[in-house]
Amino acid sequence: MIKLKNITKTYGKADAATEVLKGISLEIKDGEFVSIMGASGSGKSTLLNILGTLDVPTSGDYLFSDTNINTLSKDQKALFRRYILGFIFQQFNLLKKTTALENVEMPLIYLGVGAKERRKRAYDALCKVGLENRLNYTPQELSGGQQQRVAIARAIVTNPKVLIADEPTGNLDSKRSHEVMEIIKKFNKQGFTIIMVTHEKDIALYASRIIYVRDGQIEKEESNVL
Amino acid sequence: MSVTDRLKKRKAMFYNAFMQALREIKRNIMRSLLTAIGIVIGIASVIVMVNIGKSASLSITQSISKLGSNVLFIMPGQHNGPGGISSVTKPFKSDTVALLKNSILTLKAVSPVENASMTVIYKNQNYKTSIKGINNDYFTVQNWHMNMGRKFNKRELRSGQNVCILGKTVIKNLMLDSQAALGKRISLKNFSCEVIGVLNEKGANTFGRDEDDVVIVPIKMFQRRISGNDNIHLIMASVKDKIPLEEASLQIEQLLREKRHIKNDDDSDFSVKSMTALLDTISKITSMLTVMLGSIAAISLVVGGIGIMNIMLVSVTERTREIGVRMAVGAMAKDILVQFLIESVVLSSLGGIAGIIIGILITYIVSFAFHIPLILDPAIILVSLIFSMAIGIVFGIAPARKAANMNPIDALRYE
Ligand SMILES: Nc1ncnc2c1ncn2[C@@H]1O[C@H](COP(=O)(O)OP(=O)(O)OP(=O)(O)O)[C@@H](O)[C@H]1O
Ligand SMILES: [Mg+2]
Repeated sequence: MIKLKNITKTYGKADAATEVLKGISLEIKDGEFVSIMGASGSGKSTLLNILGTLDVPTSGDYLFSDTNINTLSKDQKALFRRYILGFIFQQFNLLKKTTALENVEMPLIYLGVGAKERRKRAYDALCKVGLENRLNYTPQELSGGQQQRVAIARAIVTNPKVLIADEPTGNLDSKRSHEVMEIIKKFNKQGFTIIMVTHEKDIALYASRIIYVRDGQIEKEESNVL
Repeated sequence: MSVTDRLKKRKAMFYNAFMQALREIKRNIMRSLLTAIGIVIGIASVIVMVNIGKSASLSITQSISKLGSNVLFIMPGQHNGPGGISSVTKPFKSDTVALLKNSILTLKAVSPVENASMTVIYKNQNYKTSIKGINNDYFTVQNWHMNMGRKFNKRELRSGQNVCILGKTVIKNLMLDSQAALGKRISLKNFSCEVIGVLNEKGANTFGRDEDDVVIVPIKMFQRRISGNDNIHLIMASVKDKIPLEEASLQIEQLLREKRHIKNDDDSDFSVKSMTALLDTISKITSMLTVMLGSIAAISLVVGGIGIMNIMLVSVTERTREIGVRMAVGAMAKDILVQFLIESVVLSSLGGIAGIIIGILITYIVSFAFHIPLILDPAIILVSLIFSMAIGIVFGIAPARKAANMNPIDALRYE
């Protein structure tokens, strides 16, 4: 259970200060699939980065199962990301000249998983995204959709509780976007909580709830009964 | 988590960081090679310096005991340490040898030594060797005995007849047999000489020269046939037992100053040196070399260290996004620190290992070329390895900290 209470984020100081988030409060239940939509510059990525503890809010509380995340140290946040979160980025962010298998293994290194077990779990994850015949391809040798699927495998290989995705289909054409979304949807069915930012309504509709952000504030919420 | 689990995890962490480092280095192999070259040169010079220094001092002490410490070298000109002959030299003549022998009673044996490099021929065998013109006292001075045949007789010495005594190396290279050599004639330039004796094997001297690589002829013959004048550039003398070298040396100096009409406050235009004095000179040269190589080593190690720091900083900047991704999946600052530190240590250690191998190779070549004993000190190899690792840590810490202190969001946003 994720709870944000009156989160604000201000960039810059004094005169040059811009308030990007102006008091965001929301709740996300375990196993929920939430889409965040809004105009460019409205603060969606900023919000997602705070949820992912990659960035810190200027004020407000962030509770995760009653733990106040804001009070955690840098190392504790790292552990929180290591054990609880998984990230999918718009730009994939795969390691260059590193094979798909090695890319997916990488998070497991920090979990202290042994080499053999690591290989097996990375292989399983790549199978789940349908890349079992691209194990030893490097990102340069993969299409955009394939790269994003490697990135998804990397995000789910640690079995995170929450998957955080910032425009996971932003660099993909419509056909590939829906392929990727089907995979993400499947993981949600298996119990992952998913928080996803997107620009496209048809992508947002994969979620059970859509949160609209406008100018740093939550404009409205829609549950998606489809 | 149990203690053993934690240890296991740490071991895996290090192993992974190590493999990752190797991969990174392989990925940028050219850059890594150039970066490590300073370390390679530095460590190689340390290895060569220490090993050759040890070999040289060992061979010097060995040859002192071999030659005996009662030999004086009398040379025209001043030989003052490194830098060689300083004044224009007026060579000795044959009468100087006789004068020394007859007037200075503390001397046991006095022999001129003239030297030339020539090709000797026997049948279809050619061999370039050193020809020495001497008298029979030379054998006493050098404490050298005949293996076969005899020394020169009075008549051969007086009239400079074409007779010669061969060292073992020459015998070997002319495909001769010591026994069979006696009475044979070998050719030198436009004349030939009869082999009347073969010398015992002596081995290499202090300077690494093979002493058996020699053809010995009467000084008279050398002057008549080879040099064409009666100049002498070196006289070797041995001092009688229980007489201090300095005393004999002083007597020689006084006698020769008188003979060469040198005024009281003028410097001598010749020098009298003992083996120990010569060895002093050598050790001066070797210590100079040590300082020189030591500075090269120190400078190249510092340069190498800075090179590693530089390349690691470049690497950290290039891989900023990777660092961000690693932090996003849960790497702590110390994980990132260890990763980059291990990378720089692996880089500098590989440089160190290459330096050790090259250093050993050079040591081997030098000791082979100069006939000095091969000494490989295992301690210095270990020290070099540890030292090169230390360089990796010292110069890798700043880049690694730069990486570890990044903010996840800034690192991820880096273009
Ligand atoms: N590091 C920063 N320093 C200053 N301003 C920033 C910084 N990061 C973001 N901003 C500002 O915050 C605002 C919101 O940025 P954010 O990236 O959250 O927008 P977004 O909703 O994700 O937009 P898009 O849909 O284009 O990705 C923007 O106006 C941006 O200029
Ligand atoms: Mg954004």
